[in-house]
Amino acid sequence: MNTQRRTFLTASMAAGTVAVAAGAGILTPGSVLAAWPAKAFQAKKIDVAMKEIIGSTNATDSKDIVVEAPDIAENGAVVSVTVKSKIPNTETITLFVPVNAFPLSASYAIAANTDGFVTTRLKMAKTSDVVAYVKAGGKMYKAKKSVKVTLGGCGG
Amino acid sequence: MAKKKMKIRAYADGDKAVVKAIIFHPMETGLRKDKASGKTIPPHYITEVKCEHNGKSVLTCLWGPGVSKNPFVSFRFNGAKVGDKLKVSWVDNTGTSDSKEAKIG
Repeated sequence: MNTQRRTFLTASMAAGTVAVAAGAGILTPGSVLAAWPAKAFQAKKIDVAMKEIIGSTNATDSKDIVVEAPDIAENGAVVSVTVKSKIPNTETITLFVPVNAFPLSASYAIAANTDGFVTTRLKMAKTSDVVAYVKAGGKMYKAKKSVKVTLGGCGG
Repeated sequence: MAKKKMKIRAYADGDKAVVKAIIFHPMETGLRKDKASGKTIPPHYITEVKCEHNGKSVLTCLWGPGVSKNPFVSFRFNGAKVGDKLKVSWVDNTGTSDSKEAKIG
């Protein structure tokens, strides 16, 4: 996560700051949306993508993160994934599908009053793990769930 | 691209709000080939989605091509009341953007 974004989110927490910032034109969509980390999303190797988006490849396994996904996905184009993080102060949830051409799938910046809970739908090239990295209180945690993708629908 | 559309459901559950949103978008990865012409279909996917509750950011999604077609996102946040405004706006890699506002019911 880049520092500008964190600063922005922190700033938007403080009531009143938002109005001032918006007035000064700081919050125009252009400047906010320009923060999309192209390098991370276009990286073809998971290590590179991880370094770009979360700054490190180290994370602790955590039982407080639950990744819910089907055991068997009949259609790899639409795999519903839910991530629940019980870790307090969850800041970001980042999802990787290591076998995809672009392993980084999605990253969510969670505001202070938002639960560590996100459901989304991902594409999966083939049978793999879905790995969720959670950043909370400056530390990285991870959890994963294996999903079997059967494009043919024969359950094999 | 067909009509740009978005559906948002937001409802209060105690003092929490549950939001479900679906954006109709092709989410092309740039890797697929058109079977008829053999040409690669150019990438076209949503890069960033912002969800704001009464003007305050509650969730920012950064998406890559690995998010499914017609992406769906669901999340929960605290401190919402019935009638509050929830705005979801997105932008894709071609610069197209759209936003929609919903009331928490």
